[in-house]
Amino acid sequence: MSEVAVTETGVAGYRPGRTLGLRAEWMRQWRRRRTQLALGFMVLLPLVILVAFQLGGDDSSDGGRNGRGQFSQLVDVATAGGLNFALFTLFVSAGFLLVVVVALFNGDTVASEASWGSLRYLLAVPVPRARLLGVKLVVALAYSALAMVVLVATALAVGTLRYGWHPLQSGLSADLAPGPGVVRLLAVTGYLAMNLLVVAGLAFLLSTLTDAPLGAVGGAVLLYIVSSILDQITALGNIRNFLPTHYGQAYLGLLTTPIQWDGVVKGAIAALAYAAVFWSLAWFRFLRKDVTS
Amino acid sequence: MPSLTRPRLIGGALALCVLLGVVIFAAWPARAAFSSVDAMIPGAQGDDPATLDATLYLPRDGAAQHPAVLMPHGFGGTKESVADDAKQLSEHGYAVLTWTARGFGRSTGHIHLNAPEYEVADASKLLDWLAARPDIALNGPGDPKVGVAGGSYGGGLALLLAAKDKRVDAIVPMITWNNLATALFPGGVFKQAWAGVFFSSGLSGGSRSGAGGGAGTSGSPECGRWAADMCAAYLRIATTGKLDDETAKMLADRSPATYASQITAPTLLIQGEADTLFPLSEADANAKAITNAPVRVAWFTGGHDGGAGPQSDQDRNKFLTLQWLDHYVRGKGDVPANSFTYSRITGLDAIERGTLATGYSVDAYPGLGGDSTGTQTVAGPAQQIASPPNGTPAALSSIPGAGLASSLVSGASTDVPGQYARFLSQPLADGVSIVGAPTISIKAASATGEATLFVKLYDVDPKGGATLANGLVAPLHLTGLAKTIDEAAPVEVRLPAIVRQVESGHRLSVVVASADQAYLGPIAPATYTIALTDGSLTLPAVNGTPIVTSAALWIWVLVGLVALLIIGVVAAVVIARLRGRRKVRTVISAYADTPLHVRGLRKTYGSFVAVENVDFTVERGQVVGLLGPNGAGKTTSLRVLMGLTQATAGEVLIFGHRLAPGAPVLSRIGALVEGPGFLPHLTGEQNLYAYWRATGRPWADARFAEALEIAGLGDAVKRRVKNYSHGMKQRLAVAQAMLGLPELLVLDEPTDGLDPPQIAEMRRVLQKYAVDGRAVLVSSHLLAEVEQTCTHAVVVNKGRVVAAGRVEEIVGDTPTTIFEVSDIDLAQKTLDRTEGLAGYAVDGTRTLIVELGEAPRSAVVAALVRAGVGVDRVAPRRRLEDAFLALVGESTAGSGDR
Repeated sequence: MSEVAVTETGVAGYRPGRTLGLRAEWMRQWRRRRTQLALGFMVLLPLVILVAFQLGGDDSSDGGRNGRGQFSQLVDVATAGGLNFALFTLFVSAGFLLVVVVALFNGDTVASEASWGSLRYLLAVPVPRARLLGVKLVVALAYSALAMVVLVATALAVGTLRYGWHPLQSGLSADLAPGPGVVRLLAVTGYLAMNLLVVAGLAFLLSTLTDAPLGAVGGAVLLYIVSSILDQITALGNIRNFLPTHYGQAYLGLLTTPIQWDGVVKGAIAALAYAAVFWSLAWFRFLRKDVTS
Repeated sequence: MPSLTRPRLIGGALALCVLLGVVIFAAWPARAAFSSVDAMIPGAQGDDPATLDATLYLPRDGAAQHPAVLMPHGFGGTKESVADDAKQLSEHGYAVLTWTARGFGRSTGHIHLNAPEYEVADASKLLDWLAARPDIALNGPGDPKVGVAGGSYGGGLALLLAAKDKRVDAIVPMITWNNLATALFPGGVFKQAWAGVFFSSGLSGGSRSGAGGGAGTSGSPECGRWAADMCAAYLRIATTGKLDDETAKMLADRSPATYASQITAPTLLIQGEADTLFPLSEADANAKAITNAPVRVAWFTGGHDGGAGPQSDQDRNKFLTLQWLDHYVRGKGDVPANSFTYSRITGLDAIERGTLATGYSVDAYPGLGGDSTGTQTVAGPAQQIASPPNGTPAALSSIPGAGLASSLVSGASTDVPGQYARFLSQPLADGVSIVGAPTISIKAASATGEATLFVKLYDVDPKGGATLANGLVAPLHLTGLAKTIDEAAPVEVRLPAIVRQVESGHRLSVVVASADQAYLGPIAPATYTIALTDGSLTLPAVNGTPIVTSAALWIWVLVGLVALLIIGVVAAVVIARLRGRRKVRTVISAYADTPLHVRGLRKTYGSFVAVENVDFTVERGQVVGLLGPNGAGKTTSLRVLMGLTQATAGEVLIFGHRLAPGAPVLSRIGALVEGPGFLPHLTGEQNLYAYWRATGRPWADARFAEALEIAGLGDAVKRRVKNYSHGMKQRLAVAQAMLGLPELLVLDEPTDGLDPPQIAEMRRVLQKYAVDGRAVLVSSHLLAEVEQTCTHAVVVNKGRVVAAGRVEEIVGDTPTTIFEVSDIDLAQKTLDRTEGLAGYAVDGTRTLIVELGEAPRSAVVAALVRAGVGVDRVAPRRRLEDAFLALVGESTAGSGDR
């Protein structure tokens, strides 16, 4: 039985590097109702908040100025201008809504293909497994980013239309002129996005482990919440510094003058490290996995 | 399918153990790096002898002798209050002696408020005690290498001890006083709230149980554990609000101000900015008064009101303290710089919910006047203010003794209407940084010629919210005032020293109030007139540079991490590409033209064997049926040959290529495995397009028209797949498998869910497909389907191939024969006696299925007839079903439902 070396093994026209392009995957996800709903809600939420402010009337209570006072201050100044409105919208979304949305885009992407049964047909094309994960991850992250951008842009737009283009008020520090204010707002958005990489990584990992999209999304959100709860328990001491959610609110440091980089930088390190670990595990597992669904 | 196999269990358990180990390692209290010795040490034995409850923390660093640090506690505390600090310091190699001051806790004696002949003498005795220990490093006989570091009451002791006892090598007094008279009577006004807090904590002497307290409590209800003379002095001044000469002398005796010139030990003064008891001016006075020793000053954002301050401040204070002691006590490290460091609250810690401070540094201590000054103008007419009787109601600027809670007040300091005059600046064009004590000149007129005033500087934001920095006020008791404001002489007022950034757009406001809850005001009501001299407010500034914190280091860590990730991803991609290119693709030439050749295929899940050993071949032009009962291993085999699961052993050759998951040769196969898989939100047509787009192959190669024709869905292709019936999905899946007309078509149960006409149509399609050198592999558990559709069949059972070949050959003349007989019992007896029979089975009351084996059919018939059994019918079983049953046995219970 002799062996002969050959160069091309696939059918004519097949190139592994051209299977499942980014555009193809983008369109696969774009047509999904959940994608459209999630993005639509990003547009809707600022409008809902705006309406709530309009109906709720003026209720600027004089909250304490220490510690959690920052919360009430961000709420108090939410209607001070478009920038503040956008900041407030981000602020109320960061803790849960964006977590769910990011978990949705990242946790659903592989698991839903598995649950539909279409994953095995993609692998039989064959789309190389590493490529499949890479494309899916890039597109999921792109949709997550798009959701955040849509949220902030909508909030900024409707906030500016309603409340005007005014300096950004942030509490302790001086008001920031609109120009630098936009930069700060973008920085906050960027930090939140980076921090959400933990959720993205975890959801993506779970997505490669399970065939149940809800399990992956819910699992990621659940673990995120557990981590948040543990972070509230100060008795855990230094262990809390290693929780992925520990630096979740470090973005508030971006609103002070001078900017408090410490928490932001540490948060970015933690998020990247966690995400890198989760993604590595996802690749490691998926490349060796028996696809049985 | 994740199943709990042993390797998985072991792996999971291992991972869990590692995780637990890490958590335990992180949480486990490190073995104490010190040992501690408790001792009751006799203090000064004068007219009020005392025994001191002490603990010595000795580092376990292997050194025979350690430099020592005395660590006195704050007022109202005990040695336990400083235990944590002492332990931390001992980890740096210092023997740290903590003790409970006389009059507190378990120490005996009475409180003399750091009197030289009592508390200070006690501390000298402690130095003797240290010097006598063999494990303490000495400068000379009886002279230990020792520093003193303490806060507040302990800080006062450090200064006074250094003045009285030359054996002290260095001191770090924190948040402490220079002169008790100025601290308790700033501007001549009695600071009653703080004094009361301290007096009452001396009553209990630091023991919680009050009256039952520590050993040696001999307290009267009036004086508690206070020494009689101190107690009497307090009662006097708290009653009158006046500092009498005798008390003044007592306070002076207990103030570093009196002895500062005798201090020769290098002194690091750390003072808090949020401190209404011992404000920055006390440290400033100490810094000026200590002329015979190196002095360094540091301010931080805590204090008696602000606590230990943010982490960055605590870290800085610890660093400065250690650096100071290391050099001046231990003789290690360079001379500490003379630079002045201070910090300012710059934000809120989003993570720990505290405040954040930024530290600044400047080459030398500039004093309260700053290294430069700016001027702002405040304006306002002369205003009349009323001083309330007995000083009530009064403005609330701070809550002494409430610690951090008092800083809540500083934001919302309340002035009582009618009791204050207010002078406001224009909004600041640029932000102003204030570091030091602002000054302003005012005029005051009073009918009585006297006035008690409280001058404050507010930061007013554009919305009118006024903030009094740290609740600090400058009290003034003025005498000899003019009756009218026109005749009044200017009074230069030095406001409290602060560190604050006033933002642009904010205003500054100078408020002169007549009463303050923290201070004792005059009893008689009065009315004053207040005006500005020229409204010029002098604001000191320090041109400090921000101290680089660990954040800078973390930024590099972040940069490194990002770089590492990028390198990692790039490396992974490059390695994957190279590996893909380098992999020698070899073709077993003998099978280069064989669509599929499977040999020795085995797949196990843990200990469960799904496919035992499967060999078969699909040649061009064949329609091969993979036939077997449910669970025979058909689907598992197909999964392996699609690269979805990895075979445990054996190999699959597709056109001679060894199959690996994702091997490019898979592109020559079209497949339907385990039912259809479509995106439910797309229409049938869109699904086919989306699939083809995912292959990345040219559009024209797809042959959509032909595929859609095969699917035969008509207009339904425009509907969403989620609305399809199972049969429609099945047809669409077959169409998808045929996209691009692959050379090998693999279909798993393709007729599942189809109705008979569609099944017939499917047969026709498959038979037609296997022309032009193409081949089809169909798996099915339906025998008739294979018999009617396929040219070849491979029969598998329990993971093994039991027969393979042309359908006709398998079906062929089988030795099984059906006999319908009249007497089944007799027939059985006869068959039992017949030689060469392989076996028989009874089917119903008249039918026997006989495996003839060696025996000719005619001989069996003859035997039955001879025995008198009526034979109604003799028929060979030729249908595939019989062959199938013969091959796999009657039992169709497979090896598992897989």
